[in-house]
Amino acid sequence: MARQVFVLVGTRKGAFVLESDAARRSWQLRGPFCETWPTNHVVADPLSGTLYAGGGNEWFGPAVWKSTDLGASWTHSSQGLAYEAGQAPVKSVWSLAVAADGSLYAGVEPAGLFRSTDGGESWSHIDGLQQHPSRPEWNPGGAGLILHSLVLDPADPNKIWVGISAAGVFASEDGGATWEARNRGTRADFMPEGQNYPEFGQCVHCLVMAPGGRGRLYQQNHCGMYRSDDGGRSWESIENGLPSSFGFPAAVHPRDPDGLYLIPLNGDIKGRFMPEGNAAVWRTGDAGASWQANRAGLPQGGAYFNVLRQAMATDTLEPAGVYFGSNAGGLYASADEGESWNCVAPHLPTITSVETLVLER
Amino acid sequence: MMEEAGEKIDVASAPAPVLVRLPPHLVVLFPGAERLVPLHASSVAEMVDGLDALWPGMGERICDETPAIRRHINVFVAGRRAGLNTPLAPGADVFVITAISGG
Repeated sequence: MARQVFVLVGTRKGAFVLESDAARRSWQLRGPFCETWPTNHVVADPLSGTLYAGGGNEWFGPAVWKSTDLGASWTHSSQGLAYEAGQAPVKSVWSLAVAADGSLYAGVEPAGLFRSTDGGESWSHIDGLQQHPSRPEWNPGGAGLILHSLVLDPADPNKIWVGISAAGVFASEDGGATWEARNRGTRADFMPEGQNYPEFGQCVHCLVMAPGGRGRLYQQNHCGMYRSDDGGRSWESIENGLPSSFGFPAAVHPRDPDGLYLIPLNGDIKGRFMPEGNAAVWRTGDAGASWQANRAGLPQGGAYFNVLRQAMATDTLEPAGVYFGSNAGGLYASADEGESWNCVAPHLPTITSVETLVLER
Repeated sequence: MMEEAGEKIDVASAPAPVLVRLPPHLVVLFPGAERLVPLHASSVAEMVDGLDALWPGMGERICDETPAIRRHINVFVAGRRAGLNTPLAPGADVFVITAISGG
C-alpha cells in the first residue's frame, strides 16, 4: 500500500484536484470539475474518500457536488438546501464539513447551517442558529453575510462552532438546537470608540480547531489573530510579532496543538496583499507566543496577491505538508512543514479554498 | 399516438404540448436532458414542475424558495418575460434563458 495525497482546490471557475505520492515532489492536476461553477469549498470524507464541493451559480443557485471516484465524475443536489418560502433565498454554499459520524454540514449565504445525513443527497435546515436573538442585527461583511467557517468537534457530534462575517463566532453544544456568541476578547476596530468588544458583530475571517481535543481554537479576524483555550469562550490576541493584524486564512498543524500557520496581509485599507510585495507564510510552534516568516521558494518582490479565507490547509503526513492558493491563481505547496515552498499550479482561476486528503491505496 | 418524454399522449384529444427550450448549461447538469422539451402545462409553474418530474432537481435550478424564477434566469412566453403564474396556451413556445452574468 502506498499513500496518495490529494489537494482539493475550490476556484471561482470550478473544482480542481492535485495528486501526488507521499514525497509530494511532483503533482498531477485534474479539472476543472463541477461544470466550472464558482466553488467556494471542496472537502473530503477522510474515511470513504468521497469528495464534496459547495458553491453557487449566479443562474442556478446553490448546490453541493459529490464525487465517489476522486473527481472523475460528479453529481449535484440542493434538495432541501433552502430557507422557508418568502425568506431571502440561499445564494451559495460557502463551507462544508464532514462529521465523525459521516453526516455532512453546509454553511451558506445568507448565513445559515444545513445538515445532510444521506451523503449530500438531501438537506435539512438547522434553524436554531437563525433563532439566536442577535440574528436581526447580523451585518454582511465585504463578501456578504456568509457562514464560512464550520468546525466540528471530532469527539462530540453535538459540539459545533461557526464563523459568520460580520456576526462573529457562535457555538452550539446540543447539535445546533441552541447557540451562544463566543467573541469575548476579540476586537471590532470598526465600531465606535468604547464599543470595540461587543458580544457579537466581530468580523471573523477564519476559525480552526487545534488537534488534541482540548478545546483549543485559533481565529484570524479582520482585527487581529487570536487563540482560545476554552472552546471560544474567551480569546487572547496572538498578533504580536506578526507584520499586521489583518489576513484571511489560518491552518493548524495536524498533530501539534501549538502549531499554526497564518498569512498576514499588509492591512485592510492598504490593498490587502503580501506585505511589501513579499510573500510569506508565518508559523508559530508555541501557540502564538512567537512567529517565524517562511519565505523560501515564495515570490519575493512584486507579489501583490492575497490568500482567501479558506485557501490554506495542512495534510496529515510526517513531516506535514502545507498548501495555500492565491486570488491570482497560484497554488503553493510545502512538504516540510512550511519551511520551503514550490508553486505547483501557477495559473488556476482565483482560488477560494484548499483542503487535503491522504489515502492508503 | 406520439411518445412524449416517456408518456403516451392521445394526440386527437389532448391539447398540444408547450415546447420548452432550455439553455445548454442547464441541460448539461442533468444527464439525459434535452434542449427541446414538449410538455403539457397550463402555467409556467406547472411547466417547472413537469421539468422537475422528468429530471429531479431541475426545478430548484430554475426557481428559488421565494418561490420565484431565479434572478438571473428569464422565462419568455410569446416574446414577453413571464413569471411562475403566467398561463401557457396549448402549443406555446417557452424560452428559458440565462442572463448575461458572471466574470
